[in-house]
Amino acid sequence: MQGYIYPNEFELQWGLLIVLYPYVTGLVAGAFILASLERVFNVKEVQPTYRLALLTALAFLLVAPLPLLGHLGHPERSYEIFLTPNRQSAMAMFGFVYAWYLAVVLLLEVWFEWRRDMVRWAEESHGAKRWLYRALTLGATDVSERALRFDDHAGRWITIIGIPSAFLLHGYVGFIFGSVKANPWWSSVLMPVVFLFSAIVSGIALVLLLYMITSLIRSKPIDMPCVDKLATFLFYAIVVDVSLEALDFIHRLYESEESIDILARMVESRLFISLIVLQLVLGTLVPLLLLGFFSPALRRGSSARGAAELRRLVYLVAAVLVEIGIFSIRWNVVVGGQLFSKSLRGLTVYKMELLGQEGLAIGVALLALPFFILWGLVALLPPWEHVPAATGPGAGVPAGTS
Amino acid sequence: MRDEDRAPLPTTPAAPPVDRRRFVQVALAACGAATPVLVGLVRLPRASAQGAAAEAAAAEGYDPTGHRYGMGIDISRCIGCGRCVAACKAENDVPLDDHHFNTWIERYVIRTDGAVTVESPNGGMDGFPALAEEEGVRRTFFVPKLCNHCENPPCVQVCPVGATFTTRDGVVLVDEKYCIGCRYCIQACPYGARWFHPTKRVAAKCTLCYHRIVKGLVPACVEACPTGARIFGEVEQRATPLARFMRFNDVQVLKPHLNTKPKVHYASLDGEVR
Repeated sequence: MQGYIYPNEFELQWGLLIVLYPYVTGLVAGAFILASLERVFNVKEVQPTYRLALLTALAFLLVAPLPLLGHLGHPERSYEIFLTPNRQSAMAMFGFVYAWYLAVVLLLEVWFEWRRDMVRWAEESHGAKRWLYRALTLGATDVSERALRFDDHAGRWITIIGIPSAFLLHGYVGFIFGSVKANPWWSSVLMPVVFLFSAIVSGIALVLLLYMITSLIRSKPIDMPCVDKLATFLFYAIVVDVSLEALDFIHRLYESEESIDILARMVESRLFISLIVLQLVLGTLVPLLLLGFFSPALRRGSSARGAAELRRLVYLVAAVLVEIGIFSIRWNVVVGGQLFSKSLRGLTVYKMELLGQEGLAIGVALLALPFFILWGLVALLPPWEHVPAATGPGAGVPAGTS
Repeated sequence: MRDEDRAPLPTTPAAPPVDRRRFVQVALAACGAATPVLVGLVRLPRASAQGAAAEAAAAEGYDPTGHRYGMGIDISRCIGCGRCVAACKAENDVPLDDHHFNTWIERYVIRTDGAVTVESPNGGMDGFPALAEEEGVRRTFFVPKLCNHCENPPCVQVCPVGATFTTRDGVVLVDEKYCIGCRYCIQACPYGARWFHPTKRVAAKCTLCYHRIVKGLVPACVEACPTGARIFGEVEQRATPLARFMRFNDVQVLKPHLNTKPKVHYASLDGEVR
């Protein structure tokens, strides 16, 4: 503690779990927007990641409410947010935005996308698995040309609805912070937009990572035009994101409101590692340089520089750094917003528990959980391209998923 | 591209093509039918919750509509003894540690070079130590703080379930049987007036001793103040101590630029106080 803080500010109210919440929903929104690139904007290169991106979004979305629930003082009353929402409250909308996104966008899109495969797997497999797939088709087993065309149309339209929904999902999370006028670190009209673009950055990086890692595990060749394209989009997204962050930063400095002194002190001391080192240098500048140099983003004729082997390594490193950087952004927003006193006269510290309801152990578990769910989803609904007939019966779940 | 890569599938003659479309139609119709039911659910319990509070007050023969409570604080009268803080903790069952307070006192020391030091050891409950150095002090004063019971309360606005609300007589309260403990209200309060109850696991704050004022008593802090630095009363009526205080003093509120419209009014408020 340094300077004066209000006595009630001694305890930080939102800790690691609330850092995870925007991080995880950001990954959902980002992965979905990446998936929409292929579906709506016809970016054919990223097609190998389309289904993986959808399942990734679903896996992370299923986990998204858990950190919130774990953080509540009375999780058993959480249903009140659905039954008696305060319509003036930004947070009250969470349940509805979430339910809309899960039920109307992701589940429907996944269902339409996989329906034909589920019908086939139901026919090819036996026993419980057969019944499971049959149940998942919801009885819609028509795979005629006309029905499949309907699936495709429906999927396309859901994606078109899904893009603004993904913007809503994560822009809304930004609004929860940006609309708190009591907190000068949060209160910014740019907050939802910054959240959104950082979400896109994190989602692209995550799918890039997952695609490369799963290809490695499955011993399949990595589709270089695909990862080159992903790296290019990642580069552009980072450029937009960093420009917005810079605008916010310059605007604050230029306006130089009464909070500027304490915020500057906070950035120089409490947030030096997480903001300057992790977010800015390692999470933004290094990936920008790496991707700018190696990816085709800045090169004429979309040709990439360096051997494929080297590029893969560079993309891997850049994507990992980007994930660390975006996590730091969430940390700096959520925790940073509570490290200075609203009296603007002092700084406090965040002491994270190791165990306990909001401790490091729970946080790590919650961050690992979506990967396990994704593993299960991939086993259930293999996203990979189907090898025509040659694999024969029983190839419903490819070995690559194990 | 995707379609070409897929294995050709045998068409199943069993299911007619209308099946799925029919399913979607029925599902959509069901959603449409369920909406009014859901909206009804959304409104009803909230109405009954507020009704319960009003009923309890009415049972005691108290009519909240005739009142609009607020507080006046005369900074020049506060001696920083901390009796108000102790009285509040005893009256309202506030944890006795040094980081949970409904009300607290800050001491400001402004030096001739303009440097400002603020402190509030144990919320001022045990009084303040003598100044180590009186040289170079331009002015010093005590400022009692508490919930401002804002007309335009950000905490009430953000509560996702409506567990924190403004009573009809203008007091901001928390329904502790209803609060889910998300702590958004604590973040939204610009004054640091809210805290999280460590055992009840709900948001807590100054109630203006609502249980006392509906019986015609004054809040515990006002009762305990030996110098009359705290003035409790009606904001809008003319013949009350608070109305007198506001008539004969230049009063200000804290952080007026945030447009929260506090109902705690300060006399002799220094510009350094935030």
